[in-house]
Amino acid sequence: MGMQWEGKSFIENLPKIYGVYTGGFLAFFFLMAFFEQMGMGADTIGILFVAFTIGIYAFIGILSRTMAVEAYYVAGRSVPPVFNGMATAADWMSGASFVAMAGGIFMGGHGYMAFVVGWTGGYILVATLMAPYLRKFGCYTVPDFIGTRYGGKVTRFAAILVLVVASFTYVTAQITATGTIAARALQIPFAVGVWFGLAGILVCSMLGGMRAVTWTQVAQYIVLIIAYLIPIFWMSMAQGFGPLPQLMYGPAVERIMDLEPVIGVGTLTAQESIRGLSTLTQLHATPREGAMAAWQFVTLVACMMIGTASLPHILMRYFTTPSVRAARNSVAWSLFFIFLLYFSAPALATFSKLSMIDPNLPTAIIGQPIEAVLALDWIQKWSAIGLLAVVDSNGDGILQINEFYLNPDIIVLATPEMAGLPYVISGLVAAGGMAAAMSTADGLLLAMANALSHDLYYKIIDPKAETKKRLLTARVLLIVIGAGGALVASMQLTGILGAVAWAFCFAMSGLFFPLVLGVWWKRANRQGALAGMLVGLFVGWWYLVAVRNPDAWYGISAPWLGLNDLRFGIVGITASLIAMVVVTLLTPAPDAETQAMVDEVRIPRGETIIPSKG
Amino acid sequence: MTLDLAQREAHWRKTRNLMVVHLVIWFIFAFVVHWFAPALNNFSLFGWPLGYYMTAQGALAVFVIQLFAFNRQQHAIDREFGVAEDE
Repeated sequence: MGMQWEGKSFIENLPKIYGVYTGGFLAFFFLMAFFEQMGMGADTIGILFVAFTIGIYAFIGILSRTMAVEAYYVAGRSVPPVFNGMATAADWMSGASFVAMAGGIFMGGHGYMAFVVGWTGGYILVATLMAPYLRKFGCYTVPDFIGTRYGGKVTRFAAILVLVVASFTYVTAQITATGTIAARALQIPFAVGVWFGLAGILVCSMLGGMRAVTWTQVAQYIVLIIAYLIPIFWMSMAQGFGPLPQLMYGPAVERIMDLEPVIGVGTLTAQESIRGLSTLTQLHATPREGAMAAWQFVTLVACMMIGTASLPHILMRYFTTPSVRAARNSVAWSLFFIFLLYFSAPALATFSKLSMIDPNLPTAIIGQPIEAVLALDWIQKWSAIGLLAVVDSNGDGILQINEFYLNPDIIVLATPEMAGLPYVISGLVAAGGMAAAMSTADGLLLAMANALSHDLYYKIIDPKAETKKRLLTARVLLIVIGAGGALVASMQLTGILGAVAWAFCFAMSGLFFPLVLGVWWKRANRQGALAGMLVGLFVGWWYLVAVRNPDAWYGISAPWLGLNDLRFGIVGITASLIAMVVVTLLTPAPDAETQAMVDEVRIPRGETIIPSKG
Repeated sequence: MTLDLAQREAHWRKTRNLMVVHLVIWFIFAFVVHWFAPALNNFSLFGWPLGYYMTAQGALAVFVIQLFAFNRQQHAIDREFGVAEDE
């Protein structure tokens, strides 16, 4: 294969290449649907879906291998905005977004929607405050910006520290998700699934670094968005909501609000306690009353948004565009592609809920005889693996809302089955979830390995290292960190969502102000940045453990202002800002050279600050 | 770069003002409307309770449109001062 992964003709051919790829994937989907009609089993279909898609990613990953520094770290700075937008969207949308979000909205109602708002609005901060300036800077990694703007090896090291803490917290959750999906689709034990998932992740990134990750992420975005939208369109047609359900589900929301008091959502509580399962108690669209509820909503939104703008694996995607303007445009495209999934998730949650509770629909289960409900295929299937339970607590033979227990993660998978869609959809969704988790894990592992190889090894430990040795180090680190992540994942320490929210809080506590003020405040200096990163990280960290261990000597008896462990970033970032400003003002202003550098960063035209070809 | 100090400052002032304008819009749709969600839910928009609509779609759509508009505006500023990149 003499395929070029750079250059004018490759870039011009991109729409054609991915057009053919998309057509091929759809053809594969219809082929599987046909095989199902011919009598192929659901298990075989699941295996084929996961194996086929991972095979394609591996193929792209191997073809785009490279030994050039610029290609390995920043994909040769040649990724057009629309494609970088897709790659960022895949990088961004994790297993949690894909698998857990609709279920979270289903169970958590309005309060959970803070994630939907928070995980989109952060891109306004990325575009206005960060991405174009970091691109102009010409850095390879986020610590590269910190280290060059503020100077000093200790500063660079502090940035590496924050990056690794935030990204490692996040990556374990992603490897867990790949393990869960691989285990279910391929019918292997979870512990094996984790290592299998890791192998798939590494084959995408190891040989070609950022270049390989970019082109696999575009492929993964296409799979994940198709896998998310097809079931929604299909189900909506099947249930008579029309072909564009995202624009039509308003009346369904109102119908749920009318039904809620009738069936007792929020008033009837569960009688049993079943591990990992719960009944529906939150109202769908009605926010909890009071200033505290509103405060908790906006603080969660703030953490997710500011975290977005501080997460290195997202910021580094904007180093790969050909120009500053392209970096800015690609942020807008990223948000557009993310929007396609996030504005569909609440629609999915709404349809799913309405079809369970509306007595006028044939799919209704609430208020129906228990025996009829227990006879349903999907109820039996998910009960058998402990993700759903039906218990007639009051013994009246009718299923009440507080007698139906479920694990929220199954909503995305179970809803198509409830609507009677064929099994091929389950295979498609498994492939989509796998794509979402793999692409995020790849971005995170690469962010860490690149920071350690470029910033720690090359810039701090051995500045004379030759290119070959640097790139070899980067790959070895990728394997080591990946294995570390898989090891932690196989111990199954926290739920997926908890770990994800923590990663955002760590990133914002340590990196947000040093990054923003590096561009927007010329006076910001090395001492201030160092204080901002270290104080932010450690105060945030302390608050996280303190709020989770109220009885320990370092613990606090009650969260401050309702800021629980999902929101510790608010405490960390406040400490970071104060420390950075106070220390900066107490120490001398940066030298004229640094100030001139900041001036140059602020205009798009001209050479990058760090000369290209490292 | 042949850009004198006054022009540099004028470019940055415009850039900063644009940033502030967009962050104000962002602040309203990220926080303010959701703070008043219970009250907004009394209004209905094409069948949606308005407070719910803003979290599920409204704010998101504003963010997307806002970013494309921001890019045009920033590019116009860069061109005005001759600091846009060569195409």
